[in-house]
Amino acid sequence: MTFGWGVFKGMMVTLKNFVTSYACKRDNGGIFTVQYPEEREKEFENFRNFPFLVYDGTPDKVRCVACGICERECPTKCIHIEMETDAAGKPARKPAVFDIDYGLCMNCGLCEEVCPFDSIFMDCAFEVAAAERLDGLVFHKKALLKSNEYFRKVRPALASAIDQKRKAAEEKKKAQAQPPEAPKPQ
Amino acid sequence: METIPFSKNTDTAEMLEINFGPQHPSTHGVFRMAVQLEGEKICGLKPVFGYLHRNHEQIAENLPYAAVMPYTDRLDYVNALTNNFGYALAVEKLAGLEVPERAEYIRVIMAELARIVNHIAVIGFMLNDLGAFFTPLLYAFRERERILDIFEGVTGSRLMNNFFRFGGVKHDLTEADLAEIKKIIARFPAFLKEFEDLLTKNEILCMRCQNVGILSAGDAINAGITGPVLRASGVNYDIRKVDGYSIYNRFDFQVPLGKKGDVYDRYYVRILEIRQSLKILEQALAKIPQGEIMNKKALPYLKMPRNFKPPVGEAYGRIESPKGELGFYVVSDGTPQPWRYHVRAPSLINLTALEEMCLGQKVADAIVILGSIDIVLGETDR
Repeated sequence: MTFGWGVFKGMMVTLKNFVTSYACKRDNGGIFTVQYPEEREKEFENFRNFPFLVYDGTPDKVRCVACGICERECPTKCIHIEMETDAAGKPARKPAVFDIDYGLCMNCGLCEEVCPFDSIFMDCAFEVAAAERLDGLVFHKKALLKSNEYFRKVRPALASAIDQKRKAAEEKKKAQAQPPEAPKPQ
Repeated sequence: METIPFSKNTDTAEMLEINFGPQHPSTHGVFRMAVQLEGEKICGLKPVFGYLHRNHEQIAENLPYAAVMPYTDRLDYVNALTNNFGYALAVEKLAGLEVPERAEYIRVIMAELARIVNHIAVIGFMLNDLGAFFTPLLYAFRERERILDIFEGVTGSRLMNNFFRFGGVKHDLTEADLAEIKKIIARFPAFLKEFEDLLTKNEILCMRCQNVGILSAGDAINAGITGPVLRASGVNYDIRKVDGYSIYNRFDFQVPLGKKGDVYDRYYVRILEIRQSLKILEQALAKIPQGEIMNKKALPYLKMPRNFKPPVGEAYGRIESPKGELGFYVVSDGTPQPWRYHVRAPSLINLTALEEMCLGQKVADAIVILGSIDIVLGETDR
């Protein structure tokens, strides 16, 4: 084969790609990048980024009971929890402090996996850049709390599965709370 | 600053000592080559690494077994899934856990996709080093992006997948995912043909790569080289064939071999390996059964990682990662944390033959040779 044929063939490939990237649809070799801030790709259901806390209804009905399992199992130790105490000094099974250092978090999703109360989940929000590390990236309880409706919006399949599970558990609890009728003495 | 001891005398006026790196675009990370030059000829080269040391092994020894999994993603960050595979294999061996059939198939499918991602990325980066600036790399990345979309949809993350669990995998592949993977496999040969048209017979590539950085089979074996670099030297050694770990012994595929062991062979072996991976994927997708994706015995440990205490003993799990033999050595003393944890990283050991390949070559070739070894500094320095 004549010398230079390989380079020529390569050049034809680049020419072809130059044309197809403008002329074709995105699945046939066309450009598939988007103009980011204006256009956005749809996020995947499973996509995980940073954790957030779910509440039902109003923000004071937090699902989290401050058990501290996620704090203990977090590989990077980016979670800090303190339990709330009531006036008598008894633990109230509610977090008083719940901080997550997003600068330390490595998005592994283990907290979501170990949580027994379906309280902490991975969020899809990725635009969390901040100028300050301490003020901007350490997220406190107020910023972490998001409603169940938000959860249903970002991860519909998982949220509905969790809702069903919780509903079933509640009904079971209710059934157990009503004591079965005592057998009548005969 | 430390000085690197050279074997030869540097006092003569003709000798020139040059440091490539640690901040150099051709070194693929923070890596330094202390090169000794005579004119343009290399007469000494010392690879210096350790700039990216992150204490990976010590961190792992202070964490429960399951919490190490996301850290293994960060070893070879180009293909996190195969790192997960090796670690899961080692711990399953230690704990004697079985993996359900469907999970095995999912593992193989994901690992082979990761191999394709790695090989096309590495060919692109090697050509960047050659001076084919970004055109082949971006063609490769266009295809890579489609596979990464699969990864993101299935595992939740494009690169740091954290997908494998002891005794199974985290998520199931849905029918839609499988259809998408089939679509990617169907369009891949056309891309490979185009890629080969662009590169394989290209005279400039041939002149720069053929007979450059030759590593003989004997030297490669002596230095403990594994992976495509070893196979390019003509040694038939693929752990997928030798060990047949997971379910690889059920698939029909060949091990492509090079003849000379030069940079061109290393490039071409990778292209051929992609074709073999596609062959494995086709078979796996045709045969994937229905069923569980987690071993029932291992399910409680997902919620309570600290209850997972493998019996006292040691295990070495190894896989054919796209870069070579990736091994995890885990010693258990019956506590929730590994007592000793060691990674045998292919990048590190493949780097030891760099001087062998570079001696007598021109200085511009050293960069291409480094690119052809395929190193990732996250894995080299750990």
